[in-house]
Amino acid sequence: MTRTEPAPDTETHPPPPAGTAVGTRILRDGLLWSAGIALLLLSVAVAVTIGPARISVPDVWSVVASHLGLGEGRLTPIRDGIIWNLRMPRTLLAAVCGAGLAVCGTVMQSLLRNPLADPFVLGVSSGASTGAVVVVVLGVGGGAVSVSGGAFVGALCSFALVLLLSHTLGGSTDRVVLSGVAAMQLFSALTSFVVMTAADAEQTRGVLFWLLGSLSGVGWGDVWTCSAVLAVTLLICLGHARTLDAFAFGQDAAAALGVHVARTRIVLLCATALLTAALVSSAGAIGFVGLVLPHAARALTGSGHRRLLPVTALAGAVFLVWVDTLARTVLDPQEVPVGVVTSLIGVPVFVLILHRTRRSA
Amino acid sequence: MTPETYRKGTPGDGLRATRITREAGGRIVLDGVSVAPPSGATVGLLGPNGSGKTTLLRVMAGVLGPGAGVVTLDGRTLAETGRRAVARRVAVVDQHADTQIDLSVLDVVRLGRIPHRRPWSASGPEDEAAVHGALARTGLADRAAQSWHTLSGGERQRVQIARALAQQPRELLLDEPTNHLDIQHQLELLSLIAALPVTAVVALHDLNLAAMFCDRVVVMKEGRVVAGGTPSEVITEELVAEVYRVRAVVTPDGPDGRPSVRFLPGGAVHARYGHDERAGP
Repeated sequence: MTRTEPAPDTETHPPPPAGTAVGTRILRDGLLWSAGIALLLLSVAVAVTIGPARISVPDVWSVVASHLGLGEGRLTPIRDGIIWNLRMPRTLLAAVCGAGLAVCGTVMQSLLRNPLADPFVLGVSSGASTGAVVVVVLGVGGGAVSVSGGAFVGALCSFALVLLLSHTLGGSTDRVVLSGVAAMQLFSALTSFVVMTAADAEQTRGVLFWLLGSLSGVGWGDVWTCSAVLAVTLLICLGHARTLDAFAFGQDAAAALGVHVARTRIVLLCATALLTAALVSSAGAIGFVGLVLPHAARALTGSGHRRLLPVTALAGAVFLVWVDTLARTVLDPQEVPVGVVTSLIGVPVFVLILHRTRRSA
Repeated sequence: MTPETYRKGTPGDGLRATRITREAGGRIVLDGVSVAPPSGATVGLLGPNGSGKTTLLRVMAGVLGPGAGVVTLDGRTLAETGRRAVARRVAVVDQHADTQIDLSVLDVVRLGRIPHRRPWSASGPEDEAAVHGALARTGLADRAAQSWHTLSGGERQRVQIARALAQQPRELLLDEPTNHLDIQHQLELLSLIAALPVTAVVALHDLNLAAMFCDRVVVMKEGRVVAGGTPSEVITEELVAEVYRVRAVVTPDGPDGRPSVRFLPGGAVHARYGHDERAGP
């Protein structure tokens, strides 16, 4: 009873008629993609029209066209300025932030095998805020260190703290979340301390509004910086899409599938920390987008990261465009920080996810 | 049925662990362990809890470093071979795999193709063929769309074996795959494993199951290999007394005259090498 065949005899089983299945999959993906991009463009166009000044979608189109050199502007300079300098960058940054936070959440959830992982819940956003506040209020680095640089260092510190804490505590799902709570409290306290001791009243008001997560007063510079970091991070994550799939059954299972676990973790966690830092230094700590959107996107596409990551990004972008529109119009002329609205939506969903994981455990 | 029957390959062929010594938390978990499973054989890894079976399997899979020893695949160390190349040859099934992600059976089995695919490439016809071959071999062809979370323990282990087969391994390492299963599913799973055309190393608790399904068994105690050979050579009353500290009657009543173990009540043994002194009442 010697058995010397080299490998399972898979050749004896003919593959199913794969051509049609692959064809429909590509068609379905294409449809989903086009629909998502169309929805995003439409959302941005409509969101820009909403506000105190009456503006129509054709107005938006004409302003965008004139600034891209595609036609003559037919609006007054004031209306042009409202669209091009105020509402466009704000709406676009909302889209970029939504996409970025959702991508960060997806990657953290898969890498840490934790359905509750998200830059905000794990305290990474708080760490980034502290770093940014230290640079802004205390003037650390003397202008050589940018706000984003300070935020990146803060984000990395807080991430390292969470991973270290959760590792020494045993590394289970609830330990990771509890470590995140500890990090969030610590960095919030540090931020408050810096603000209370060093900032004047004007600075304090600005910093607090921004810490709650707000898209008011952003410019094109923020949009370009965040878009560039988002593009790079998304490419890195997509390059690791299959590796992320391998983490479904834990890091030992991933290692047994040929994944360099430590290297992958460092690369992807640094990439998400960098993206979180860029977003936080432009828009503050907007919570729960990264927690909620990946779950919605998984329900739509399944768990394969090659399809999940782009869809999550699109869903996050559309989501935050509308939430920000709501935040700046609901108490008009007063503005609610967008982070307050995302938390009001996110906390019930957080509880729902907790409830579901308890049932499946 | 002599051991030599299986020694087909040249020395250094296949997966070999040589003088593995590892510490964990100041305790020696593996102490100079060498294992060379013969090509194509099903090898049972026996021993009480804490004897080092799981650690040995993790070292052989390359998940843990080999400490002071060396693990080779066709004569090259795992580090020289590279992680992805190792994963194309050696597949692992853990005793209890679970995930919180909502995956279908097909999703899980497709994970086995990860070491075969480049980062940006789409899945090709040979990937699909391997996945569907693995599903057919494990009797899961009609369950592909079912959700992982609706499967029973035995079905989950079958899915994990299908995932391992999709890796198209020549060596399969299984860590107590029957641990959480009822007796019917234990028998089913082990006959499936024994019939696979791979070299399988299976950590097992149950001596009778090991005797029934394994071509060879290796017995570990306190991080050392204390016996190795065919089940008939190794599984004896003396060995059970020495390694497990219990009294038992071993008779050649199993299939094909393989040993059958019957434990005796109140049979805890406190002596070594069969000098049994009855303990307790």
